[in-house]
Formats: sequence, structure tokens, C-alpha cells
Amino acid sequence: MLTGFIALYIFMLAAFTGYEIIGRVPSILHTPLMSGSNFVHGIVVVGALFALLNATTVTEQVIGFVGVLLGAGNAAGGYVVTERMLQMFKSSK
Amino acid sequence: MNPAILIDASFLAAAFLFIYGLKRMSSPVTAASGIRVAGLGMVIAVVASFLYVFNVNEAAKPHLVVNAALGAVALAIGLGWAWVSGKKVEMTAMPQMVALYNGMGGGAAAAIGAVELFRPGAEHTLVPLVVTIIGSLIGAISLSGSVIAWAKLDGRVNGTWRFTGLQAMNGTFFVATLGLGLYIAFAAHGHAPVWMTAAFFVLALIFGVLMTMPIGGADMPVVISLYNAFTGLAVGFEGFVLQNPALMIAGMVVGSAGTLLTLLMAKAMNRSVSNVIFSNFGAVAGEEQGEIKGSMKPIDAGDAGINMRYASKVIIAPGYGLAVAQAQHKLYEFVKLCQDAGVDVKFAIHPVAGRMPGHMNVLLAEAGVPYDIIYDMEDINGEFKEADVAIVIGANDTVNPAARTNKSSPIYGMPILNVDQAKQVYVVKRGQGKGYSGVENELFFADNANMVYGDAQKVLVSMIQAVKSLDGGGH
Repeated sequence: MLTGFIALYIFMLAAFTGYEIIGRVPSILHTPLMSGSNFVHGIVVVGALFALLNATTVTEQVIGFVGVLLGAGNAAGGYVVTERMLQMFKSSK
Repeated sequence: MNPAILIDASFLAAAFLFIYGLKRMSSPVTAASGIRVAGLGMVIAVVASFLYVFNVNEAAKPHLVVNAALGAVALAIGLGWAWVSGKKVEMTAMPQMVALYNGMGGGAAAAIGAVELFRPGAEHTLVPLVVTIIGSLIGAISLSGSVIAWAKLDGRVNGTWRFTGLQAMNGTFFVATLGLGLYIAFAAHGHAPVWMTAAFFVLALIFGVLMTMPIGGADMPVVISLYNAFTGLAVGFEGFVLQNPALMIAGMVVGSAGTLLTLLMAKAMNRSVSNVIFSNFGAVAGEEQGEIKGSMKPIDAGDAGINMRYASKVIIAPGYGLAVAQAQHKLYEFVKLCQDAGVDVKFAIHPVAGRMPGHMNVLLAEAGVPYDIIYDMEDINGEFKEADVAIVIGANDTVNPAARTNKSSPIYGMPILNVDQAKQVYVVKRGQGKGYSGVENELFFADNANMVYGDAQKVLVSMIQAVKSLDGGGH
């Protein structure tokens, strides 16, 4: 079990990691990076899938279905637009 | 092998690949591979999550086939729709599309919370229950708020709601929503009547709309970035509820990175985040402005083009108007002609050029402009005084010297590109209108400035023709 303090340690270290990664990014990459981080939280689809698989009532199934659909949209859409943007960056050399 | 271990190992791999991918995305040289690394992590996590079918709780076992089928269908629809829409979207429309995908993630996080709260006979302990509710609240606000942000940037919703007492009303609404959520947690212990739990989600969604409607289009990028951070937090919180460290790590990394990005954007616009959310930029535009001396002097596009061809150093300050006119390809064609003639050409990008930081870089990259002749404002501002020509295309407020000198101006204090220090300034503009802020631009009246009136695309075509006929005649 990820009880209280272990969870807080995970959150704290993850927060520092995110801060450090963005802090050093040149502003030319801000738009793709916002889109890229948008893609990363698309991992929520995995949680929605877990909730749906454990559903026992129709209400849970409906909400879970919507959750998976939205999460999949987040992940796939975030990936496609980020990849399209980053592909275009090239050097003159 | 025990599926639980396989799932855990896959999530560990996914968390590593996300962080490593984001790290690679932070340099233009490795960025394109970074998104693929992160994408691999996502594929591993999603495939592994289907192993959950081996560990569902007893009560859900009779529904397993239906649930798994529903999951596969939902995945296919969401993935298919997003893949097609993401491939089709224009680069100029990127900010609103990111907003939409982000809102979907917030909605998914809220849905996880809703499933927890609607499950009959669930045994809740206090801390996860409170975290579930807070995560749901943030996720739902992010969903409806992002949809409004998308609709506004996409031109589907116009105007801003502003009336006296709006802030008080929004504040009351928020307190009521939060209060209801806390009641569900502390008094009802997660077993509130269905209508009450449903009301909590409806209120949260309405609050997201109310919070976003008063914000103007120019400020929307900051808001999108804020909602991106919100969704990250919501995903992290729901990850804790589901005891899933991959969600916790990915969510919190994005939550903090998104918060920092929001602050950086707001700083570039010389505004605070609370200022963006709680005040109105446009409202100050009607203020008295000082008299501006001088007059606007027009010049022919061809003449301006030829002057640049014979300059030794030219700096280009592009704005969103360039992209709206779809003129970035013509611009780069003109730049290449000048470069062939030995002119040193550089692009100067204001932090808020385009619709969000870095958007203009994407638009120029789309036209094939290599990133090593594109400079950030702080790196190039010192070079304008050595430039023979500075040309402003589709930008206005970001080059207005009033931001430096005129204390009564609403844009006073905003950092600007020092184009006025170049020996000669050309401004390509459709007409004599004002910028986003509604402020008159002193630069257009300066002694060293000339106006090139017309659509950016047509102006650039004239410039290209003038330079080509010149070189063609000389041989």
C-alpha cells in the first residue's frame, strides 16, 4: 500500500522533477512542451480503464466508458500534435 | 508470471520513459525523439493495463466480459477520433486543440473519481476520499474550462462575460461546490445520495465555465497552461486513490511543470496569473492616451524589398498576423533571396508572439525556417541598433515603444522588441488599426519608420518579385 508518507514522497520528488525539466527549456520549445506534458497526463486512460474493468453497475460502466474515451483522446491527440510540431524543427546545418 | 508484477513493472518502465522523454523534449536537437520515447511508455502502460482483467474484484467478475469490451470500444473511439483530428489540425489552431485534448484528460480524471463515489457499498477511508473529491473537482473544472477556452480561441464563443458582482458570484459558486464536496467526504463518508454526488459534479463543471468566460482571447494561452497543470494534479490525485504510482508520478510531474510554464508565460506578458484570471485587459483600452507626434509614412512594398536586399543586416519581427495571412512560406522565400545576396537575416521572437510562447517558432518551423536563425527576445534585443532594417510583420503591441516610456499606457512595463533602434523600420500592416490591447503604436509615427500597407502574403510576393527582377536584370 502506498500510504500517506510514501505517497507524499512520490509527489514531492515528481514535483521537483517536473520543475527541473521545464526550468531549463528554451522558450522556442514551450508550445511543443506544453503539448508534450499534456500527452503525458494522458496516462489517466490507464486509471479509467481500471475503474471501468471493476465496474459493477450500469452507472459505473457508463462513467467508466466516458472516462476511457476521454483519456484515450487525451493520450492519442497529445501525441499526434506534439510529434507533428517537433518533426518540423530543424537546423540549417 | 503473476500479472500484478508484470503490471507494476510495466508502469515503472512507463514512468521512466515519460520522464526521460520529457527530458529529451527540452532541447530542439533531441525533441522529436523525446515524444517517441514518451509515446513508447504510453503504449506499454496501456497494453499492460489490460492485464487488470486477471485481478478485478469479486463483485465485478460477472461483468468482466462486458466491461473489457466496453473498454476496448472506448479506447478505439477515443484514439481514432483524436488521431484523425490531431493529424488534420492547422498549426495556427494548435493552442485550442491542445486545450481540447487537455480538457479530455481532466474529464477522465473526474470520471475516475465519479466511479469511486458512485460505487455501491464501497468502503472509503477519509484521506483517499478527500483526495478523490479534490481530484474530481479539479478535473471537472479543467474539462469545462478547457472546452470554453477551445471554443473562444476557435471563434465559436465570442465576447466576455463581465458584470458587477461576477467575481462575488464565482466565489460563492466555488465555495458552495467545495462545501458540498467536503460534506460528501466528512458527513456522508462517501455515501451521499446519488443526486447530491451528481450535483457536486454538475456544480464543478459549471464553475469551470464561469471561471473561463470572463477571460479574453489574448490571455487564453495562460489559462490553457493553467488547466494543463490542473489536469496533471487531478490525474496525480486520482492515481493515489487507485494506488497507481505511474499516474501519481506522471500527473505530478505535469502538475509542477505546467505550473512553472504558466508562471513563465504570465511573466512574459508582464502580468500575474491572478491578474489574468481576475481582471480585464480590454477594459483599460478606453483610457486617455497622450498625443503622438509625427505621421505614418507609407512606402511601396517593392522598394522596401529592394532596400532589404542591399542591406547588410536585417531583423524580422513576426507576429500572429503573419500566420493568419499564411505568409510564413513567402517570408522564408524572401529571406532566402536576401541570404543568397549576402544579407545577414535573423528572426526576433517576442515571448508572446503567436498565441502562446513558442507558437511562432512552430509556425516558422512549418515554413522550413531553421531554428538557428530564430532568436529569443533577450538574445537579440541588443542587436537592433546594428541592424540596417528591422521589419515588423503582423505584430503590434510587442514592438510598441510606449511599453518602455508611457506610464499611462496599459502595456507599460511589458518587455518589447527594440525594433525602433534599427536604422530603418518597415511595418507590414493591413490598415491603420490598433493591436490586441487597443493601444495606438508610437512606432508607426517614428521618423525612421515606414508603413507597407497590404496583406502580408501579397506584400511579400511584391518584395520577392522586385528583388528577382533586380537580380535578373543585372546579369
